[in-house]
Amino acid sequence: MNRRGEQLWFWLLAGPALAGFVLFSLWPMLDSLWLSLCQYDVVSAPRFIGLRNYAYLLQSDPAFWASVKVTLVFTAVQLPLSLAAALGVALLLNQPVGGRGWWRAVYFLPSILPQAASVAVFIYIFQSDGGLLNRLLALAGVAGPAWVSSPVWALPVVILISLWGFGYPMVILLGGLQNVPRELHEAAHIDGAGAWARFRHITLPQISPVIFFNLVMGVIGALKVFDLAYAFGAAQGLTPGGPARATLFYGLNLYQQAFAYFHMGLASAMAWLLFAVILLITWLNFRLGRRWVHYGD
Amino acid sequence: MEHTRPRSLTVLVYVLLGLGALIMLLPLAWMVLTSLKTFPEILRNPAPWLPAAPQWQNYRTVWEGFAFYRFFLNSAFVAVMVIAGTVLTCCPAAYAFAYYDVRHKDLIFGALLCTVMLPAQVTVIPLFQAYAALHWVNTYLPLVVPAWLGGNVFGIFLLRQFFRTIPRSFIEAARLDGASEWSILWKLVVPMSLPAVLTVVIFTFLWSWNDLFNPLIYLHNEETYTLPVGLLYFIARAEQLTGGNAGQVPWHLVMTLATVMVAPVILLFAFAQRRFVEGVASSGVKG
Repeated sequence: MNRRGEQLWFWLLAGPALAGFVLFSLWPMLDSLWLSLCQYDVVSAPRFIGLRNYAYLLQSDPAFWASVKVTLVFTAVQLPLSLAAALGVALLLNQPVGGRGWWRAVYFLPSILPQAASVAVFIYIFQSDGGLLNRLLALAGVAGPAWVSSPVWALPVVILISLWGFGYPMVILLGGLQNVPRELHEAAHIDGAGAWARFRHITLPQISPVIFFNLVMGVIGALKVFDLAYAFGAAQGLTPGGPARATLFYGLNLYQQAFAYFHMGLASAMAWLLFAVILLITWLNFRLGRRWVHYGD
Repeated sequence: MEHTRPRSLTVLVYVLLGLGALIMLLPLAWMVLTSLKTFPEILRNPAPWLPAAPQWQNYRTVWEGFAFYRFFLNSAFVAVMVIAGTVLTCCPAAYAFAYYDVRHKDLIFGALLCTVMLPAQVTVIPLFQAYAALHWVNTYLPLVVPAWLGGNVFGIFLLRQFFRTIPRSFIEAARLDGASEWSILWKLVVPMSLPAVLTVVIFTFLWSWNDLFNPLIYLHNEETYTLPVGLLYFIARAEQLTGGNAGQVPWHLVMTLATVMVAPVILLFAFAQRRFVEGVASSGVKG
């Protein structure tokens, strides 16, 4: 095929996707940057106000900082627990066990279920009266609290619900473990290295890129949590983020500002702060990943 | 190495895996069991562990009585349209990026890939504004149209990686035989890449079927609700809908709805487990 024909076919076949890129990513991205510098309530036209949205968020918006705190606590607790559980189960499944495919399926399945449904199931399980959990606790002689309507327990419950989905990083880690060359382990075994030494000096360095990848994706995912947090409030008839802002995740707060209060300019500023943090994490990922993570062959 | 492993260790591995699996499956078992109980059984404190007689008609009640079939069909319609658009636009785009030599191709592809990092929260407000101006709010167009313009960038990436493993000589030979680019794509390359196409279809389905964020923003008319929005709507209005007293949520019907919503995902997973696992694993591999 000649060069001109190739050009023509390229634009013909990639055209729709490139048009989509401009219409659904590039243009709205730039427009939202502009809106973040405006006061905008949908009804009247956007009015340029400089950096005042950002100043308000960072200096005086209590909901903003409440949502940052919820998101940070979630990330700091959920991510290590989820990765530890994922690594633990992946290590177990990397042993010579029978029916590995079945085990993997059972652990992976909850991570692909619709979160609105998972949340509904867990809200029922965590009901204070007659909920499954409190009944099991009662068998052990413990009186369980009103989990989901308590400002203290609501966030831990949300963390627990999301931990149910640790099968996703588990499958990625298991893939990483199965790529660790067997010879390395055998050589170390012959040299008299114990199980812990082999894990510490062979397995861990070998899968460190996969762990690092999960860490980065986990942080970015936590910053964007929405379905889980929204469903948690809605399934109890609470204001989103309730009880008492205990589950007001950043993504949920942004949604509320934009679509419940129509503070579209303010919400755009929140979106750009989020985007800036994601870009920073991605950049750090490239810069620090090389130093901390073992990529050698 | 394995023969030196003590028996007790093997037993421990199975015990730990079994306990963990029990915890993973318990919520699902409780969901199905609850969906088969009666309202009086739910209201009794404590509710019985097992229903006295399985109430299969709960499924008929939610399906017909609460027009849940409407939400189900809406979800199915959106998913089918999104999948069709994704396949019909991502395959050609992946083919173009895999086989043609065009100036700045890598740069363009890089820019396209960067959008994976772009959170939906950044684009949603201008898009909402535009859809409102086009009178697309309360229609399925905001959910479906982006998919028809190559909206699944990860899909394009995955397909391009797979297409590139097909020897170029195959393509050249088909061209010499006079096949058009369009028919090489759909009659040669796509059939040879069915595993990758299937992986993209499955992940697109999951994303569409499970999505709460977009339907919540664009669908405000209960006729148009998809399952996730419909489920939350049902819980919020359940007391009125079932004529129960305040604070008496008909959890047996909520769990019936949850089961109906989860069942297609579990069925799909049962039939195509390998595609799921490969799709997840490939998202974890660098480059």
